[in-house]
Amino acid sequence: MSHDTNAKLIYMANQIATFFKSQPQDEAAQGVATHINKYWEPRMRRQLFQHIDGGGEGLNPLVLEAASKIKRPQAA
Amino acid sequence: MSLIHEIDYGTPASRSETMVTLTIDGREVTVPEGTSIMRAAMDAGIEVPKLCASDMMDAFGSCRLCLVEIKGRGGMPASCTTPVAPGLEVSTQTPRLKDVRRGVMELYISDHPLDCLTCAANGDCELQDMAGAVGLRDVRYGYEGDNHVKARNNGDINAKWLPKDESNPYFTYDPAKCIVCSRCVRACEEVQGTFALTIGGRGFDSRVSAGMAEDFMSSECVSCGACVQACPTATLTEKSVIEIGQPEHSVVTTCAYCGVGCSFKAEMRGEELVRMVPWKDGQANRGHSCVKGRFAYGYSTHKDRILNPMIREKISDPWREVTWEEAYAHVAAEFRRIQYQYGRDSVGGITSSRCTNEETYLVQKLVRAGFRNNNVDTCARVCHSPTGYGLGQAFGTSAGTQNFDSVEFTDVAVIIGANPTDGHPVFASRLKKRLREGAKLIVIDPRRTDIVRSPHIEASYHLPLQPGTNVAILTSLAHVIVTEGLANEAFIRERCDWSEYEDWASFVAEPYHSPEATEAYTGVPADLVRGAARLFATGGNGAIYYGLGVTEHSQGSTTVMAIANLAMVTGNIGRPGVGVNPLRGQNNVQGSCDMGSFPHELPGYRHVSDDATRETFEKLWGVEISNEPGLRIPNMLDAAVDGTFKGIYIQGEDILQSDPDTKHVANGLAAMECVVVHDLFLNETANYAHVFLPGSTFLEKDGTFTNAERRINRVRKVMTPKNGYADWEVTQKLAQAMGMNWNYRHPSEIMDEIAATTPSFALVSYDYLEKMGSVQWPCNEKHPEGSPIMHVDGFVRGKGKFIRTEYVATDERTGPRFPLLLTTGRILSQYNVGAQTRRTDNVVWHAEDRLEIHPHDAEQRGIRDGDWIRLASRAGETTLRSLITDRVAPGVVYTTFHHPTTQANVITTDFSDWATNCPEYKVTAVQVMPSNGPSDWQQDYDEQARQSRRIAGKLEAAE
Repeated sequence: MSHDTNAKLIYMANQIATFFKSQPQDEAAQGVATHINKYWEPRMRRQLFQHIDGGGEGLNPLVLEAASKIKRPQAA
Repeated sequence: MSLIHEIDYGTPASRSETMVTLTIDGREVTVPEGTSIMRAAMDAGIEVPKLCASDMMDAFGSCRLCLVEIKGRGGMPASCTTPVAPGLEVSTQTPRLKDVRRGVMELYISDHPLDCLTCAANGDCELQDMAGAVGLRDVRYGYEGDNHVKARNNGDINAKWLPKDESNPYFTYDPAKCIVCSRCVRACEEVQGTFALTIGGRGFDSRVSAGMAEDFMSSECVSCGACVQACPTATLTEKSVIEIGQPEHSVVTTCAYCGVGCSFKAEMRGEELVRMVPWKDGQANRGHSCVKGRFAYGYSTHKDRILNPMIREKISDPWREVTWEEAYAHVAAEFRRIQYQYGRDSVGGITSSRCTNEETYLVQKLVRAGFRNNNVDTCARVCHSPTGYGLGQAFGTSAGTQNFDSVEFTDVAVIIGANPTDGHPVFASRLKKRLREGAKLIVIDPRRTDIVRSPHIEASYHLPLQPGTNVAILTSLAHVIVTEGLANEAFIRERCDWSEYEDWASFVAEPYHSPEATEAYTGVPADLVRGAARLFATGGNGAIYYGLGVTEHSQGSTTVMAIANLAMVTGNIGRPGVGVNPLRGQNNVQGSCDMGSFPHELPGYRHVSDDATRETFEKLWGVEISNEPGLRIPNMLDAAVDGTFKGIYIQGEDILQSDPDTKHVANGLAAMECVVVHDLFLNETANYAHVFLPGSTFLEKDGTFTNAERRINRVRKVMTPKNGYADWEVTQKLAQAMGMNWNYRHPSEIMDEIAATTPSFALVSYDYLEKMGSVQWPCNEKHPEGSPIMHVDGFVRGKGKFIRTEYVATDERTGPRFPLLLTTGRILSQYNVGAQTRRTDNVVWHAEDRLEIHPHDAEQRGIRDGDWIRLASRAGETTLRSLITDRVAPGVVYTTFHHPTTQANVITTDFSDWATNCPEYKVTAVQVMPSNGPSDWQQDYDEQARQSRRIAGKLEAAE
C-alpha cells in the first residue's frame, strides 16, 4: 500500500465521520459503519483495519468508535 | 417505410375542460373551450388553408389565408384567431372565400421566385402547397414591379433585394424567398425564448431581421433550429437539405446528447441522414430542439472514427489493426491471465452513460457474471452519484420526482448550480416559457448565468454565493422558513417522520444558520436569502432544479439532502409543478444508474448484499455473485497505483479527460496491464490503452435511453454501423470469448431480461414502448402506464426523512499562493469533453475554452481580454486565454472543459464528495498570471498523445 492511498483513505473515512458527527448522537457511529460497509470494497476496508490495528493515527475518533461495527474482510 | 408527417393543428391545444360543440362544413365538432376554429376544423379532418399559423405558436392572424365565414356574423374572420363558440355554423369553403384566398396567394406569389424545380424546399413547401390548395393559376400583376426577388430590376440595382445569409454553418437565410409570415420570429420568441429575430421595417419593406439587421452568426441566435422548422418556404433551410435533397423516410429516435432526451425524426434518404427534426409527440421536448441534437450529428461520419479493432503490447507502440476475433481472444486471454496472476478482483469495467440501457446492462453483467466481482462503475460517479445517495436517503429512491411537463404548473422555480440555457437548453426553453407567463425564478449560482437576466426573463433573486457554500445557503433558507413559521406542517405531519422533522427544525433554527450569520462566508447578503426563502415557501408550486454545481462538491450529497429538506418542509412533493429535479448531464446517465452500473448495487438500485436480489440474478445467470461492493472509479485508480488493479474494460467514457486530477488518472491507467477502450474515436484515455474496440453511434443501433425524468425512450437504428457492430454485439462477443453462453439476437431480448429481473421495469418491453411511445419507470403492475410524478400518495421509503445538513467548509481553500476559486461549467454549443461536438461545425461558436475572470482580478494581474494566461493549482497548471467579464464575482474564475488541449482537469484536485467520491470539480483554489503560451505539461501531453495515436501502416491520425 502506498503512503498516498493510505492518506487518502484516512481522509475519506474522516469525511464520512464528519457528516455523521452532525447527526443525532445515537446514530452517528452506526451511520459511519453502515456507510463504509455498504460502499467500501473489501481491500479498502482491509487497509482501513490495517491502519486502525496500527494505532489509527489521524483517524477521527468516531471512525475508531465505529470500527467494531465495520465488517472486517477476510485476509487477502 | 415513409416520411412521418405530423399533423399541424394550426394553433396550440386548449387546456379547458369545458367542451363546446359547433358545426364546421356541416359536421358537428366538439372541442375544449378556447380552441380556435382552425384547430377545431383540423380535429374534424378539415384543413383550412394557412401560412402563418402553426400549433407550436400562438395564433397571429397575418397571412389572411385561413379566412372562414360564420353564419350570422359579417365579414371573413381568420379561423386561427377566432375561438369556437357553442352553435357556430362555420363554412371553410365558399365562392367568396375562394376568390379572396386566391387573390391573397396571387399577391404572395407576385413577389416570390418561380424557381420551384431547383428550390431546396421542392416537395416540402407550404407556399407551393397553398398555391395548389387555392387553385392559383395565374398572377395578373406580373413579376416586373417592386420586388424582393431579383438582384437587379431592368439593369438597375434593386435595393430591396438582399443576398443569402450563409453565416450559420447549418442553415441558410434567403430573404428573396421570405413571405414575412413571422413564424420564425414567433418560434424564436415563443418556442425557444431567445428573441434573436424580429421584423424590421413596415408594409412592403418588412423584413426578417436577425438581431439589429445582422447576419445570423453575429446575432443572438443560438441555432436551435426552431425558425428553420417553422419556415413554410425555403427562406430558412438546412444546408444538408440543400446539399442532399428531400428525405424519403424517417424514423423516430432519441437524441444522444444531454439528459433531456429529446425525440427526433431522423429524416433519411437511403442510409444517408438528411436532417434531424424534433418530434412533436416527444414528451420531453414537445417538438423543440437545440443546436446539438438538431444539427451536431456530423461526428457520426467523421473521418476520425476508428473502424477496425486494434491492439498493442505497450502503450508506447503504434497501434496494430487486427480482426475482431483476434481482439476478443486477446482481451479474454489477458483478463484471464491478470485474474490468475493478481486475483479475481484485479479487473473491472466502466459502463457508459452514452450507450443504451441494454448495452450498459451487458457490461455490468460481464463484470459481475464474467469477471465474478463487482468492480463496475459509470460516469455518474463524477456527476450525479450524490443525487442517488442524497435522494435515496431522504425519499427512498434516487429518482427525480417530476416529468418535464411539470414545469408548466410551476409558480416558483429554483435553479441551483445549473445553467440550463447552456446545459439543458430544451428544458430551459420550456422553463422560460413558464417564466414569461409569470412564474418567479430564484437562481443560486456563483455566476450570473444567462437565465438570471435575459430578454423577458429576470430572476426575482440571484444569490451569488462563494463556490463551496451550497450547504450553508440551503440551510439558511431552511432556517428562514422554519423560524418565520412558513413550514407546511400539515404536509410534514402527513408525509414525513415528525420526530425527525422536529430534530431537524431545531437544528436549522440555531442562530448560526441564520442568513445574517452565514453571510460572512457565503458572501450572499442576508436580505436576499430571506426574500428568496419567503418567496419559495409562499409563492405557490415550488420546484427545485439542480445540476452539477450541487453534486460536484465535498458536500455534494449533503447539498442534495438539503434540497430534499427544502422540498419537504414546504410541501412541494407529489404533484405537478413541484418537486426535486436533478438535471442530468448525459443522455443515458439515468439509465446507466438504473441498470446496475454502480459497484454496490444490482439493476434497480438493490444492494449487492441483499440475498434475494442476488438470487434472482444468480438463478438466471448461473453463477454466484459477490456480496461485497466493488471499487468505484477513483478507488480503481488508487488500487491500480497500489498494484492490485490491472485490467479494465471502458465502454464509451473518456476518464482521462473527464475525471479530475489528470495526472493521477494517467498514473493509474499507466499502471494497468490491459486497458480496453471501446469508443468511437481514439479518445484521451486511449492514449493509455492496449486494446481499442471501435464503437457505434446512436444512429447505428437499437436500444433505449432513459432521460432525466425517468422516461424510457426508444433509440432506433437508421444506418448500418460503420464499424460493423453495435456496442451490445461487441460486449456479447467479448463475453462469448471469455466462455459465457450469451446469445441475444436483438436488444429487445436484453430488455426482456431487465424487465424479468427488475421490478421497476416489470412491464417494459419493446412492444409496450411501441404502443405507448415512451414510459417513465416505475412501470409495473402498480403503475401500468408508468409514473410521471413520484411520491404521489406517500414517499417510496414510507415517511420522508429530514436529515441535518451541517455546513463543512471544503479543505480546498484559497490562500496566498492560490487566492482565487476556480469553478467549471459548460457552454451550449459544446458537449462534455467535446469528443462529438468538436468534430462538428459547432466549433464556430466555441473553438477553445476561455477563463472568465472579473475585471478587478484581471487588472490586478495585468491581464487583458484574450491574453494567454497561466492557471495553476496545487494539482497542476495549464494555459488558456482570458475572457474578462463581470458575470463572475471578484475572487472567482470560471472555465469550460470541452477541449483536450486546455486540460482543465490537470488543475482540479482529488477532493471528493464524502459519501460517493464524486469529485469536487466545482471548487479549486488557483492562481492566474500572464503567460506566453502552452505549459510544459501541455506540450509534453500533446507529444505523447500524438505518439500514442499512431497506427502502423497509416498516416498519423489527426485529432
